[in-house]
Amino acid sequence: MADLSCDFVGIKSPNPFWLASAPPTDKEYNVRRAFEAGWGGVVWKTLGEDGPPVVNVNGPRYGAIWGADRRLLGLNNIELITDRPLEVNLREIKSVKRDYPDRAVVVSLMVPCEEEAWKKILPLVEETGADGIELNFGCPHGMSERGMGAAVGQVPEYVEMVTRWCKQNTRMPVIVKLTPNITDIRLSSRAAHRGGADAVSLINTINSITSVDLDLMAPEPTIDGKGTHGGYCGPAVKPIALNMVAEIARDAQTRGLPISGIGGVTTWKDAAEFMALGAGNVQVCTAVMTYGFKIVQEMISGLSAWMDQKGHAQLSDFVGMAVPNVSDWQYLNLNYITKAEIDQDACIKCGRCYAACEDTSHQAIAMGEDRSFTVKDEECVACNLCVDVCPVEGCITMRRLAPGEVDPRTGKVVPAEYGNWTQHPNNPGKTCAAE
Amino acid sequence: MANTQLTPGVVPGRLAPGDYHDNFSDKTPPLSAHEAAVAADRCYFCHDAPCVTACPTAIDIPLFIREISTGTPTAAARTIFEQNILGGMCARVCPTEQLCEEACVREAAEGRPVEIGRLQRFATDTLMAAGGHPFTRAPATGKRVAVVGAGPAGLACAHRLAMKGHEVQLFDARPKAGGLNEYGIAAYKTVNDYAQAEVAWLMQIGGITIHNGARLGDDLSLEGLRADHDAVFLAIGLGGVNALRTEGEETSHVHDAVDFIAQLRQSDDLSALPIGRSVVVIGGGMTAVDAAVQSKLLGAEKVTMVYRRGRDAMSASEQEQHLAASKGVRIITGAAPLRILGNGAVEAVEFAYTRETDAGLELSEETFKIKADQVFKAIGQTLEGAPQGLTLSGRKIAVTGAGRTSLDGVWAGGDCASGGDDLTVTAVAEGRDAAEDIHATLMQGEGPANG
Repeated sequence: MADLSCDFVGIKSPNPFWLASAPPTDKEYNVRRAFEAGWGGVVWKTLGEDGPPVVNVNGPRYGAIWGADRRLLGLNNIELITDRPLEVNLREIKSVKRDYPDRAVVVSLMVPCEEEAWKKILPLVEETGADGIELNFGCPHGMSERGMGAAVGQVPEYVEMVTRWCKQNTRMPVIVKLTPNITDIRLSSRAAHRGGADAVSLINTINSITSVDLDLMAPEPTIDGKGTHGGYCGPAVKPIALNMVAEIARDAQTRGLPISGIGGVTTWKDAAEFMALGAGNVQVCTAVMTYGFKIVQEMISGLSAWMDQKGHAQLSDFVGMAVPNVSDWQYLNLNYITKAEIDQDACIKCGRCYAACEDTSHQAIAMGEDRSFTVKDEECVACNLCVDVCPVEGCITMRRLAPGEVDPRTGKVVPAEYGNWTQHPNNPGKTCAAE
Repeated sequence: MANTQLTPGVVPGRLAPGDYHDNFSDKTPPLSAHEAAVAADRCYFCHDAPCVTACPTAIDIPLFIREISTGTPTAAARTIFEQNILGGMCARVCPTEQLCEEACVREAAEGRPVEIGRLQRFATDTLMAAGGHPFTRAPATGKRVAVVGAGPAGLACAHRLAMKGHEVQLFDARPKAGGLNEYGIAAYKTVNDYAQAEVAWLMQIGGITIHNGARLGDDLSLEGLRADHDAVFLAIGLGGVNALRTEGEETSHVHDAVDFIAQLRQSDDLSALPIGRSVVVIGGGMTAVDAAVQSKLLGAEKVTMVYRRGRDAMSASEQEQHLAASKGVRIITGAAPLRILGNGAVEAVEFAYTRETDAGLELSEETFKIKADQVFKAIGQTLEGAPQGLTLSGRKIAVTGAGRTSLDGVWAGGDCASGGDDLTVTAVAEGRDAAEDIHATLMQGEGPANG
């Protein structure tokens, strides 16, 4: 049986599944129930400085997009940081940590961009016995208008500066949560690294308008006829998050910097993918907001079963394993030649592969009189679109042509050796690009 | 004392008053908006979809389902009605499990097709409930067309012709329009007087004048219609029934199933309809099932359907057979009636088992009797009163192309014409296509077609 226990920058938890700083972790009641359900840790919903708490809108806070059968694919929120008094949150954090010493309790923080403000709150958090802090440099709505959240995270110099203040003023591990609303995630992760961050966590939510109410002519969620951009999360953002995690994991300047993976983690498999790309653990929010705390049981059983099957005894056995395989396009093997192949027994004859290929790709699928669909190897560029639109998993697969076979599309023999763009005769700058 | 299921003979009121309402309510209730959204999500939007190919009227099913799933059921209904103006009735009575839903790729994938029929009903009901008619007439052409028979083929033809700007005189022998929709389909398939509501909605197109109680041969002659109109479309259905040619057929309480079904459909008070305690239905088609099931629903204690060939040869669909079985109808196959027994009123029917041979169906020596105090014959309908001068093909009016008969200017479609299954949806397709052909023929040499 695989060991799921997790040591993330010295913070121990029985499994790598943490709840992200978000509405589910706003109060003791929720967090206790999450721990009872089996969550390994929580990042407590962001605390602000002492004083009158922030206020939230009193209309809808969330917008969404859905897939078939109204399955929630993306969620957007305009909720701010905790709107409960600081001392209430601190008291509750202390109480929870006391009762669940084996679980990770990390506290998310967001105070004004002044050293004094940070100096003031850090000892208060330390006093709770919390395991660490997470700096919220990501919240893209509301707080950023006040110079906090994403407004800090979008300026690498600020990221570095605030991280350094925190490291200088607390013994707790410092995790810096990054905003994806930038052009290059490596710049802010490098800044956090320079500031002495113990880890980065990402992604925070993405600026978004989920939909427009065509009667009100206003973005949703709509508050009295107006709307504002909110933070987008859920399964729809996972590909963006995975890429950003990988970018940091393979960047020469940040390689080895611990990463807490966030963004659309819904199943054990999503978690394993983040971890394969270098995340030491994952944080979850939208999935529990959709299905409740109980999903962690599937995440634990699924990850454990997969690790057993693969022979991974502990998490460190596979964390980062996929990072060396994240490459630049120019190094992809152009001599790797595949063709789509349709399993006639599995095919249900819907013809979606045909429509996609005929209308939008390479006219490489033939439709027979009996609605049989077959690939024309001489036209197939192996784009994979047919695989992606086929409703039957595994019905269409890509077959690799063996070296020595002739590619019917080009008439050329498939080379045995690796060959990439940097070496390709069509590349005008092939000698420099190779360096 | 009130009658019960056990009262001997053929008597009314076997059930408690409330039971009639329950028994004859909608067989397949309509989908709610949420159910429709869930059902519509299952459609894969297939390329050149097999369901469309399987539909005799070639409704663009993936398109209308996509229109439902994107929140525009009235646009979906328009897509349906463009191909099949009786799409509302077809959604209720089509044997979808033998047509679109059998062809659905999800039937192949999961054994559970997209619920096309129910989705079609959702869309068409939504549009009809909203009121109004989605089509308008083209400018008047000055052409007059006679349509004989206001059943599915006649109605579809009349509507399409009216849309094209022609003036349509629609004749029907019965007091109400609708044909088999009104007189020949089980009540639980088309509740709330739907057939009449549909006719009224269809007539909103304008340009159609209905003449009820006008029977070809009695009140009308084909020569007269041809003289007064630019074209004639015959959709007179199958007015006759096949005789059993069995000893004792004239015994009382032996009826044609079609008459029983029509009587039931026109009844204001089902508890007043007499029904036997033991009912035997002879036949294996939809009409036989409709008669058998409705006998049971009226309170018959025992209902037995007997069909002379094997189950595979029954024209009643598997779903219809299941419906009959679920209502308690016993189905016996491979047996043919030898004689109807009884002194005045029927008392039993004697059957012989049959066997298939190269020479055809043969009766075996082995016989059995089923007690019966009422017998319904449902062994097929036949063309009756076809005008002289028309070439016949088998026992139907011979047609070529889109319903052209052997006489110039005379088209035919629906059950009376050769070719196609005797289904509502097939009749609609034939009526529609004949209308297009009539239009093209009438407008030849009239400049650009205006429809």
